[in-house]
Amino acid sequence: MSALRIKKGSSRKSAYDLRPAFDDVEERHTLAVIVDNEPGVLARVIGLFSGRGYNIESLTVAEVDHTGHRSRITIVTTGTPKVIEQIKAQLGRLIPVYEVHDLTVEGPAVERELGLFKVVSTGEKRVEALRLADIFRANVVDSTLESFIFEITGSPEKIDAFADLMRPLGLSEVARTGVAAIARGT
Amino acid sequence: MTEQMTGAKIVVQALKDQGVEVIFGYPGGAVLPIYDELFLQNDIRHVLVRHEQAAVHAAEGYARSTGRPGVVLVTSGPGATNAVTGITDALMDSVPVVVLSGQVPTFMIGTDAFQEADTVGITRPCTKHNWLVKDTDRLADTIHRAFHVASSGRPGPVLIDIPKDVQFATGRYVPPQRADLGHYRPRLKGDIDQITRLVELIETAEKPIFYTGGGVINSGPAAAQLLRELVDATGIPITSTLMGLGAYPASGKNWLGMLGMHGLYEANMAMHDCDLMIAVGARFDDRITGRIQDFSPGSIKAHIDIDPSSINKVVHTEVPIIGDVGHVLEDVLKIWKARGRKVNREGLARWWEQIDKWRKVDCLRYRNSDGVIKPQYALERLEALTAGRDRYITTEVGQHQMWAAQFMKFEEPNRLMTSGGLGTMGYGFPASIGVQMAHPDALVINVAGEASWLMNMQELGTAVQYRLPVKQFILNNERLGMVRQWQQLLHGERYSASWSEALPDFVRLAEAFGAKGIRVDKPGDLDAAIEEMIAHDGPVVVDVLVEKHENCFPMIPSGEPHNRMLLGDAAATDAIRGDGQVMV
Repeated sequence: MSALRIKKGSSRKSAYDLRPAFDDVEERHTLAVIVDNEPGVLARVIGLFSGRGYNIESLTVAEVDHTGHRSRITIVTTGTPKVIEQIKAQLGRLIPVYEVHDLTVEGPAVERELGLFKVVSTGEKRVEALRLADIFRANVVDSTLESFIFEITGSPEKIDAFADLMRPLGLSEVARTGVAAIARGT
Repeated sequence: MTEQMTGAKIVVQALKDQGVEVIFGYPGGAVLPIYDELFLQNDIRHVLVRHEQAAVHAAEGYARSTGRPGVVLVTSGPGATNAVTGITDALMDSVPVVVLSGQVPTFMIGTDAFQEADTVGITRPCTKHNWLVKDTDRLADTIHRAFHVASSGRPGPVLIDIPKDVQFATGRYVPPQRADLGHYRPRLKGDIDQITRLVELIETAEKPIFYTGGGVINSGPAAAQLLRELVDATGIPITSTLMGLGAYPASGKNWLGMLGMHGLYEANMAMHDCDLMIAVGARFDDRITGRIQDFSPGSIKAHIDIDPSSINKVVHTEVPIIGDVGHVLEDVLKIWKARGRKVNREGLARWWEQIDKWRKVDCLRYRNSDGVIKPQYALERLEALTAGRDRYITTEVGQHQMWAAQFMKFEEPNRLMTSGGLGTMGYGFPASIGVQMAHPDALVINVAGEASWLMNMQELGTAVQYRLPVKQFILNNERLGMVRQWQQLLHGERYSASWSEALPDFVRLAEAFGAKGIRVDKPGDLDAAIEEMIAHDGPVVVDVLVEKHENCFPMIPSGEPHNRMLLGDAAATDAIRGDGQVMV
């Protein structure tokens, strides 16, 4: 079919070679999604993200209104502005979703995360860990002669910084809740 | 007063109260109580299909030809998994379908019981919403809510999974009027400021175009009527996606024909060159846009859609209008009239001059033959011999589907049932059964390819059992035609697995099921064969032996923009000079 001027055997024009090039910069957004607390609702949200190739940096969920059976899902995600808009529209399309708030653009918000850090060390390192924990206002919630468990609350960045400091001091285990966030003011 | 009844009876009562007349299904262990209730009543007809996939496609055909939700009843495990292709098809094409599936008893869920599958898990991404009902008291509410979700907003398939013990147990029945439908209330009215902006653009645009889709048809007959009024009053040209054919009549003076990968030259060129694109209930699918970066580069785009996620998903929109097509078009018309019915007459006149030049290319022209039936010719004859009748067309997927869209004329909405989004081979035959159930006296024709048709040919049994006079018009090229075409054009003519070596004798196959079979292989005999097909009062399989190597043109190769269409040999030979078939 040379008359059609497609090179013989060419597969350059693959059927799905249609992906537009986004040159936008990726942004990090924190979304608060209010949903019916019904079975499978979290699977729907997670399935939406995996099925459409969106990122989840952190996700927390708990029922926040027992009488109304409503849960609040806080999702930290990254994407170009266009992708972020799609994520919000796609979330809004789910039947059990009441509201989608983009806390990153709707004004200032408070973001908090809780971390539990097990630090195993003795001697000077143990003392240093305790001293740093005090600076970070972390609480000791368990202690043995060779270990501490610290509980720390704060922004994800603060918890990252604490983890960096604990690493050389015998950090052996970390558990983090992921971000819970809420808009400031009324 | 709430009535107490068994779960199975609640199901049947809820369906009756929802106005359901027909359900398509296949029984099995986990739905026997519901089948028992169906046996004991005469209001709802049950159509026994031969495969659950076909049940869903039949329900889709019913839904798309009536605008009412189609209903499917299948058993647990394989019954539900077989339905998945149909459910996904309905999701992609926004067809309201309510699927009821049986499930193993609640106390056996999670034990890998016989015919157990995680049906709500499997169908979560391919339904608009789904429910597992574990309490008979919740069953009536859930079914009513399911109908509400399936048919409001952007329609789509829903599934209700009903464990067998819930069907046996007694619970509370709630009629639709008192059911709790939840908080799902899609917004219907569009933003008036945005609508006014659109009207301002309509008033000044020099090269405007309407690009309409299935959303117009889903919005209902009033929307199609408003669209016609707006298009005719403004004099703006209109093109449509495959899913939207019929919303504006093919005989209408502003009609440019279908756009997209196999759309008409004039439609695609007008889309590429327009300065105002008014997208109405269409979603900028990749079969429509071609290469995104080069898609209609000079136009302002307005987009009317009920689904906010359709806006700015693929193409950036300057004038987004979220709302129901019917409601929005009504406001557009009202405001446009109130502002004095203005359009840019000079601009439009020049625009139509340009469009008429493109039309002269005559992009659908093909080389006919005396010796062998060309598929395009077969469809031209089918169109000529059936036009003006109360006619519904379904199609399978492939070349024949595109030729049907190009060569058949759709004058009314809800008259073409085809698998656009998912591209499901095997859709057309069961869909024709669903259409015929909804319109017993209409002429229902499935334009098929032999390969697609074989994917659900078992439904001949259904058609014969229910005396459904569906006409199966098979364009038989003994090839997977579209696959073969792509292999020819893009894969160096290496025809890997695109040839069916052992095809059945379709006439004897039809006869084996108790249907009528007709074979035709000469262009001179074609009209008689079509007349015979129409005249026969019963299911007919017409085996039309067509040219084996015909390609479907025009064609925008994937990854190319609209103005780089390939035209067929016949249209290209004299219309396009110099540079050959590659249009610039």
